[in-house]
Amino acid sequence: MNTATAQEYLIAVALVLVAASATAAALARDPVRQAVLLAVLGLCLTVLFTLLQAPDVALSQLAVGTAVTPLLILLTVRKVRRATASHHDRDKRGPEGTDES
Amino acid sequence: MSRSARIRLFWAAAVVFAVVYTLACTGLPHFGTTVHPYGSRAVAASLRQRTANVVSSINFDQRALDTLGEESILFASVLGTTALLRHARDERVGRPRAGRVLPSTRLLGLVMVPLTLLTGVYIVAHGQLSPGGGFQGGVILATGLHMVYVAADYLVLKRIRPLGVLDVADACGAGAFVALGFAGLIAGAAFLQNVLPLGTFGEISSGGLVPLLNAAVGIEVGSGIIVLLASFLDQAVEVRSETDSGSGERT
Repeated sequence: MNTATAQEYLIAVALVLVAASATAAALARDPVRQAVLLAVLGLCLTVLFTLLQAPDVALSQLAVGTAVTPLLILLTVRKVRRATASHHDRDKRGPEGTDES
Repeated sequence: MSRSARIRLFWAAAVVFAVVYTLACTGLPHFGTTVHPYGSRAVAASLRQRTANVVSSINFDQRALDTLGEESILFASVLGTTALLRHARDERVGRPRAGRVLPSTRLLGLVMVPLTLLTGVYIVAHGQLSPGGGFQGGVILATGLHMVYVAADYLVLKRIRPLGVLDVADACGAGAFVALGFAGLIAGAAFLQNVLPLGTFGEISSGGLVPLLNAAVGIEVGSGIIVLLASFLDQAVEVRSETDSGSGERT
């Protein structure tokens, strides 16, 4: 098997990985799981871009898609969950608890 | 609209899209052909401008105006996020407590943080020679700094992160790009035209304006992402609404 064919097979594998991880990210319901799957998708895209000889794009994808975007999503989820949790606490406290707000 | 109607609408749209997309794809040039009309012209132009990394030559020389637009988008979104996530009247800031970190994590952080920051600076500085540049290096610098949050805790990150300085650096980086563009006008050429001496091909000082624009973008992106993450971390770790009790959370 010569190098060109091997490379095309590798690109095909990377494309399948991208499609699989993107589908998994779209099908996940939990935002935390989605953020992690998004990071995996970013990693697969990085491999694909590297195989397609686009190292500049691969570096951007690795830094933004795998690190920064999932981190922003996780921080947002943490903030939102804590806000709703405190609301639930207030509701559980009953009518006296709701007076103070 | 009921659920079954929505699903039917989706499948109708999906079938139409699949047919039109397949038809459009048959008209494309084949995958991995040897003829690249734009590519060969861009490579010739970047060799003329003595910039070894063709992608940098396109981004910061041949089509620098596009990059100005892109970095303005990033600047505007950082500005918008900080404005949206500023402390509201009904929010209190609790002091985060110090976190406990495993000694091995701390050691790994101590080794990796300087290495990552050095890699970031290298990638910004060598944008005209090797893959990378201001954007990629800036993001690496910003994420490298946040390894301190993993290896130590939020208090340490806050201490080593001069947010006031970084706010100003973000604006200065964005402004420096425009200012370097005006340098072309002052020299009697077009806006953002590469008027500086081009240097020797393959040297770090080659490419004329390209390394300077890379440095401006590196400063802007690096400090911009730190400021962006700072406002998110602030909200997630420190800020709590009035109804919340307790004074901060473990980091």
